[in-house]
Amino acid sequence: MKELRLMKGNEAIAEAAIRCGADGYFGYPITPQSEVLEYLMAERPYEKTGMVVLQAESEVAAINMVYGGAACGKKVLTSSSSPGISLKQEGISYIAGAELPCVIVNVVRGGPGLGTIQPSQSDYFQAVKGGGHGDYRLIVLAPASVQEMADFVKLGFDLAFKYRNPAMILTDGVIGQMMEKVELFESQPRLTKEEILKQTPWATVGKTPDRERNIVTSLILDSAIQEQHVNKLRDKYIEIEKNEVRYEKIQCDDAEYLFVAFGSSARICQKAVDMGRAKGIKVGLLRPITLFPFPKQVLFELADQVKGILDVEMNLGQMVEDVRLAVNGKVKVEHYGRYGGMIPSPDEVLLALENQIIGGK
Amino acid sequence: MSENITKESIIKEENCVYKRTNLLVDKALSYCPGCGHGTAHRLLMEVLEEMNIQSETIGIAPVGCAVLAYEFLDIDMQQAAHGRAPAVATAVKRLMPEKFVFTYQGDGDLAAIGTAETIHACNRGENITIIFINNGIYGMTGGQMAPTTLPGMKSSTSPYGREVETMGNPLKMTELVAQLPGTYYVTRQSVHTPGNVRKAKKALRKAMENQKLNKGLSFVEIVSNCNSGWKMTPVQSNKWMEENMFPFYPLGDIKVPVE
Amino acid sequence: MAKVKGEIVINIERCKGCVLCVAACNEQVIAMSKEVNGKGYHYAETVNENCTGCTNCAVLCPDGVITVYRVKI
Repeated sequence: MKELRLMKGNEAIAEAAIRCGADGYFGYPITPQSEVLEYLMAERPYEKTGMVVLQAESEVAAINMVYGGAACGKKVLTSSSSPGISLKQEGISYIAGAELPCVIVNVVRGGPGLGTIQPSQSDYFQAVKGGGHGDYRLIVLAPASVQEMADFVKLGFDLAFKYRNPAMILTDGVIGQMMEKVELFESQPRLTKEEILKQTPWATVGKTPDRERNIVTSLILDSAIQEQHVNKLRDKYIEIEKNEVRYEKIQCDDAEYLFVAFGSSARICQKAVDMGRAKGIKVGLLRPITLFPFPKQVLFELADQVKGILDVEMNLGQMVEDVRLAVNGKVKVEHYGRYGGMIPSPDEVLLALENQIIGGK
Repeated sequence: MSENITKESIIKEENCVYKRTNLLVDKALSYCPGCGHGTAHRLLMEVLEEMNIQSETIGIAPVGCAVLAYEFLDIDMQQAAHGRAPAVATAVKRLMPEKFVFTYQGDGDLAAIGTAETIHACNRGENITIIFINNGIYGMTGGQMAPTTLPGMKSSTSPYGREVETMGNPLKMTELVAQLPGTYYVTRQSVHTPGNVRKAKKALRKAMENQKLNKGLSFVEIVSNCNSGWKMTPVQSNKWMEENMFPFYPLGDIKVPVE
Repeated sequence: MAKVKGEIVINIERCKGCVLCVAACNEQVIAMSKEVNGKGYHYAETVNENCTGCTNCAVLCPDGVITVYRVKI
């Protein structure tokens, strides 16, 4: 049954995990995402759906538990925040190499180092360009509301299993901590053993006489075969780029200027669009929902329409590189950022548009 | 009567008293001549065969010489990141509690980089079996000092012998985990003589059987040789192991279940 | 006491010549060959007929190359 609730973004992640029939969550506390683990521990989903929830000894252990669970064809997830996600990178690389489906949530806080517990978007590069070692990509979803926090857990799993690839939900402390109305989707049961055998015939669930043994590994010592494997990954990423680009266009039809922003920055820019429009500035917003695959084509097309683009991020300028690549020099692209846990206001974003793009050279 | 017994009359299927288990894949093991890994692999597969649990067992391979264990063991297996096998095994067992789950790890994997995962899996009392091959050296990477390298023992990164003042002391992981309430059965074995092989097999059997009881983690250390890393012949390395390793790592049960 | 007689069959191409079986045999049945196998190892071979089928060699062999047969006589 669908249900309307007022909840925190982090809680929505947890509730959505239970509702989408997840088999296991493995996590480690870190601000500002500890509510995910706390909510799950309080809910005791094991008694309702059989979902396992475990507080691991570290983020390193947690991501390797995800590896183990995913290799059994189970629907498993973990969540953390920036320093913890850095610790998980080794495991994420192994998961990508072994082509295991799972969901990883990063409720980003400002860095580098231990940084601050306040919100940031400074892990864009880490999420979108790989993060760990080797040639790989994550599917990266960027929610901009508590509603999307819930919905993207389900979407993340669907895409992860469709492509046998880890999916990351890249959010931040704003969305993780804020409370909003959320319409929770209907609960779906966990997969049965038979369904798992059908969905993931490669899973390590015990070798039966009717098949060869299943091996989950990311080790390929023969370089020629390793190259073939990377080619296979590349083809998969191309397929994902072809099929799975998601974005939201807000007031773009007649726009002369464009904001590009994801997640909580997009929420701020949306307000700035309204304020700009009230002042007579024809400004729109393109909000990438998938950061990988990045909405290159729509940006390439919008570049023919608008006079300038302001990329707004809570970082020194990371996604702006992808915006510039997509626009390919057709129009001016500038970055406006606040960082270190600071959040820009709609006024300052609009002012930045006026100064850097409209009035700028 | 005995004159009538020919070689051919003895070598018949019905007279076979020992052969390589079919649960070992029919290919040459990648280990050096005389390495205890091969023996440990075989014993483990014999145990699974005798328990008839091939289809219910999931193994976790480490990083180290046994990284390719999945090439030789005819069961479903996962290859874990360095040191993380107990965390991987934890999830496998929690998500499929009806299965038998083991990790197979060397000393670098289990007692250095994976110390936290080892201790916490033991302390949580995960209902799994950890098999710990301790040869006091990093074999795969070419004979570097391990957490279990003995004082004075030479390796490529302790070329003048391990100096405990600067390089620290060898770590007795098995004694350490025996202290934890989550471990149910903790033992140290070897596979360097036929008698020890038979004892080690019994220990492995017990460790796997224990998973049916749901009472905690079974931990089997096998003190083994690394004749390549130790730069000895296999026969010499086994003798050296008896004279040097066993005094520091004494064989026998360390923690046995109270019936 | 019933007497037994054994025989072993060695998969010489899989033998790595580690010599552990030689010392494990109480009857000195096994010695290393002068020839080498395809991998260049001097492999284990039987040199007398004193085998009792005790299985010690096979149990110890790290590569599992020895199969043991035994009959009562």
